[in-house]
Amino acid sequence: MGSNAYLCKDVASLTKAQRIIFPGVGAADSAMVSLKKTGLDKALMEAYRQGTPILGICLGMQISLSSSEEGATVTLNMIPGSVCRFSFNKPDLKIPHMGWNTLKVIKDHPILENTDGEYFYFVHSYYPRLDSNVHAYGQTTYETDFISALGQGNFFGTQFHPEKSAEAGLRLIGNFLSWDGKC
Amino acid sequence: MLSKRVIACLDVRDGHLAKSVKFVDTKNIGDPVEKAKEYYLGGLDELVFYDITASSERRGIMLEVVEAVADQVFIPLSVGGGIRSVADATDLRLAGAEKINVNSAAIRRPDLIDECAMSIGNQNVVLSMDVLKSAPSSSLPSGYEIVIDGGRTRTGKDALAWAHEGEKRGAGELVVNSIDADGTKAGYEIFLTSMISNSVRIPVIASGGAGTPEHLSEVFSEGRADAALVASMLHYGEYTISEIKSHLNANGHQVRV
Repeated sequence: MGSNAYLCKDVASLTKAQRIIFPGVGAADSAMVSLKKTGLDKALMEAYRQGTPILGICLGMQISLSSSEEGATVTLNMIPGSVCRFSFNKPDLKIPHMGWNTLKVIKDHPILENTDGEYFYFVHSYYPRLDSNVHAYGQTTYETDFISALGQGNFFGTQFHPEKSAEAGLRLIGNFLSWDGKC
Repeated sequence: MLSKRVIACLDVRDGHLAKSVKFVDTKNIGDPVEKAKEYYLGGLDELVFYDITASSERRGIMLEVVEAVADQVFIPLSVGGGIRSVADATDLRLAGAEKINVNSAAIRRPDLIDECAMSIGNQNVVLSMDVLKSAPSSSLPSGYEIVIDGGRTRTGKDALAWAHEGEKRGAGELVVNSIDADGTKAGYEIFLTSMISNSVRIPVIASGGAGTPEHLSEVFSEGRADAALVASMLHYGEYTISEIKSHLNANGHQVRV
């Protein structure tokens, strides 16, 4: 897409990055443990303070919140909010929420340009719950409405996977690559 | 609203595309990377590769196929066939596969499901089950038996019990493949699909028997499937993905268009 991407495994390589994509898969607990072990948690927070544009995807978005119901791990605490597990009384509603669902843009953001109403690929059992609507940019419905895109300053996070979301996902990643970190 | 997924299944042998009918007489029908790209651009929701390569020394070819596909295709990619360890699963994940499918090896050693779920996350572990209809008995109360090794070996395991066990062990999704329906193009095994989908909380992918868009519509409504696998009806150009999706849309199913 016209940018050079590399995989960060240590603090030195993360510090050099002009933009950071912070993906994540698995559980919040083990993710935080490995971030701490490598010191990447502090490096990421430092990059955040320096204004480096950061895109958190799925778990990478979830652990940017202030707390998680999933385990008792300390999270990165960039945005006030928590992560809760889907819980339905209807037995026919499957968990995880897996597949293609639509994004409704509720507040404009450079990263969400031309993405309103598009389908994105989701796979998750936990969803973000924000303390304040100020940080909410996109919403999706799976039995209940939940925030599927959120941001604060130079951090932006999505519950869905733009990297697996065909043309709409590539458009969003393109928006991120040209974003100056301001909104 | 969450849409129903249309998933194309590509059987790959020695790096080439094959379509098996009742798991025998596999015909070579093309290059998997080109086909994957064509379907991606045509609006496919997800791709599954089953590696049916016989010899283990040629398995590395599959990793190359996965890498080439992941480079150009930006939808979830799932790979199965011959995965016997977390190391096998990890190799495929690093090559670019989103999900890994376990089948025969999980029957032989069910802990494989737990180990994979622990290491790559439940949502990325798909338990694929090949199911054969049989007479209900005390050991097969559901009347459906799990078979392995591409349908050649009966296991004596009840399909419904195995679905429950797989869910409990950490599978994030189930593929329910009817050996009786596979390759017939006469429609999915509706009863089997709904029986399993109604009794687990994880998504169920119906497989085996798709011949027309009506068959998908049927398995989504009556079969309670969350996704449907298609193979020959696409591979032989009988229908396009958009034809299938327009039919589903017209019949009240939410699909990504």
